[in-house]
Amino acid sequence: MANRTPTKRAAAIPHGLDREQLLDMYRLVRLTRALEEKLELLFKQSKVIGGLFRSLGQEGESVASAYALRRRDDGTGDVLSPLIRNLGSMLTVGARPDEVVRQYMAKGDSPARGKELNIHFTDYQRGFIGQISPLGDLVPVMAGVTLTFKQRGEDRVGMVYIGDGATSTGAFHEGINLAAVQKCPLVVIVENNGWAYSTPTRMQTAAKSFTDKAAGYGVAADRVDGNDMLAVYGAAKAAVDRARQGGGVTLIQVDTYRRKGHAQHDAHGYMDPAEIDRWATSNDPIDRYVATLTENGWAQAKELATIDARIDRELDEMIAGVEPSPLPDAEEARTDVVSGGPVAAPWYRLSPPDPTKA
Amino acid sequence: MATATRSKPEHVSLTTQRKPVTLLEAIREGLWEEMERDPSVFLMGEDIGAYGGAFKVTEGMLDAFGSLRVVDTPISEIGFTGAAAGAAHMGMRPVVEMQFIDFIACAYDMITNYVATSRYRGSGAVPMVIRGPSGGYVRGGPFHSQNPEAAFFHTPGLKIVYPATAYDAKGLIKAAIRDDDPVLFFEHKWLYRRPQLREVLPEEDYVVPIGKARTHREGTDLTIVTYAALVHKSAEAAEVLEKEDGLSVEIIDLRTLLPLDDEAIVASVKKTNRLLIVHEDTRTGGIAGEIAMRVSEKAFEWLDAPIQRVTAIDAPIPYSPPLEDYFLPQTDDIVKAARWLANY
Repeated sequence: MANRTPTKRAAAIPHGLDREQLLDMYRLVRLTRALEEKLELLFKQSKVIGGLFRSLGQEGESVASAYALRRRDDGTGDVLSPLIRNLGSMLTVGARPDEVVRQYMAKGDSPARGKELNIHFTDYQRGFIGQISPLGDLVPVMAGVTLTFKQRGEDRVGMVYIGDGATSTGAFHEGINLAAVQKCPLVVIVENNGWAYSTPTRMQTAAKSFTDKAAGYGVAADRVDGNDMLAVYGAAKAAVDRARQGGGVTLIQVDTYRRKGHAQHDAHGYMDPAEIDRWATSNDPIDRYVATLTENGWAQAKELATIDARIDRELDEMIAGVEPSPLPDAEEARTDVVSGGPVAAPWYRLSPPDPTKA
Repeated sequence: MATATRSKPEHVSLTTQRKPVTLLEAIREGLWEEMERDPSVFLMGEDIGAYGGAFKVTEGMLDAFGSLRVVDTPISEIGFTGAAAGAAHMGMRPVVEMQFIDFIACAYDMITNYVATSRYRGSGAVPMVIRGPSGGYVRGGPFHSQNPEAAFFHTPGLKIVYPATAYDAKGLIKAAIRDDDPVLFFEHKWLYRRPQLREVLPEEDYVVPIGKARTHREGTDLTIVTYAALVHKSAEAAEVLEKEDGLSVEIIDLRTLLPLDDEAIVASVKKTNRLLIVHEDTRTGGIAGEIAMRVSEKAFEWLDAPIQRVTAIDAPIPYSPPLEDYFLPQTDDIVKAARWLANY
């Protein structure tokens, strides 16, 4: 930097992005990591109910891929379905940190009102559909979402995330195949993070590359370094544009690495600590993004530090606000099974107990 | 989206010509009318387009409504059932055809884990219908004759409909399509084209409410609770019992299996004091057990005899005629069981 003259202009920003968008992506990726760190603290304080799933090392590709979507909050934008490690994608399309914390703490005012956990929640206005735990199932669902865009002549696009492990499911195959023959405007992000719980990718598939599978379905494919945010954005943007213009399905293989166990309760003894360390020290997506921003003159370290400080302050305030929220009313368990009111209460919970009533 | 512009083909306007229709034709007319009424209704399934479906339920629909609303799918029950859910999320009302209802097992995960839980999980209503030919008595063998209702009967979040008459079939398919919950709609293939079931249907639009049983035959000595094909075999049995034994048999046709119409069942049991449950599905874990238990909870003191059931035997459904005949409940089985119950 010292050699450069003060008048030298910053390098051109790729993929049609501008400086504000670059900083916005920085805010989102930092928010993702910071929010998960706060959740980890809450987990250690036993304030998270159930499991905690970190996306450490994968925040960049989550944010950058979702950033390529047309994001709106009136139900007319693109639609995304995440996986457990796509907190960054959820935040990018408008999920709020307080909603995520409420979900993890099983609060009555969480988006799923205590009936579902972590980032398994839905908002059609903002354009995201919560995944379910049987992996692969959202690929057919998103085939149907995007089939409807086609049926109605809407220029909307769907994006669905699937892990290297879940590409082994029948649902993945059937969903992408159906979307392919129907030329649905769907982008399938295959996140190859090396692990499906404790199973390494080589035990998941004998294929050399997940892009080989795309050829089998007759869809476009791309492969990208998942810890290079701008590369991920570029690949996602190209696929989204292609889908929007009637070009059908694209499968993007995103190569990244899961630097934690499957969940907080997983001590991940099956992973090599040196390998984790290597990814942490030389291939962290946020470190790489910061270097890209500053070395190209697109952002100053001071600007980024200001963003960091604001995130930390806002998260602390938010958590303090969420913690007092009550858990749901127990009777809530009976609602929303089908239309037309709650299901019957067990007769022995009635007062007085009466077996002819339930 | 395309709607039918030409006048209706003859095969879906029998009712307006005041001609009697079969159960299959009633379903086809119901589907057609709902497609015309609501542009968000569309069909998905294997070979439902140019071929018109394995049983021709959707014959002519591709020409009338186009390939965006009559979607031929790859062989992929998980795929198109999940896609239907996705479309329903976006405001559509998909109707999925299982070519044979036996293949619904392939989509069991999608239906039970995804579709049935969607409303509860906060992902909203899934107004979709899964319909298909079910049942035996047609020598279809193990994979074209099953009655898999019990597997889904146990799944909160679903509705299950299984009509026995042409009138009900049309009214219930319309109700199922208009319902905001996922509905499994079973169509008994032995009833599809039975000439005896032909009826002239009302010309005006009508629905049969989901969740309401129907008294197929009034009686005072004993109640048979049943559905689908066995409504008709039970009616044959009731004729025999009336002629030969002077017995007055009441038949309750459930029409909807989930939710069960407890009120209608219990009211009939309180009237006749004897209950025989008849279904074509296998015995263990079949819905007869649940019905018996509910009557035991709600009307034990009105019973003059132990509740009995006539069902298929606990085996896969076989192919060869003597085997299938032995496996499935027959009219004579119902006569014998009812007679035993009446004499208790």
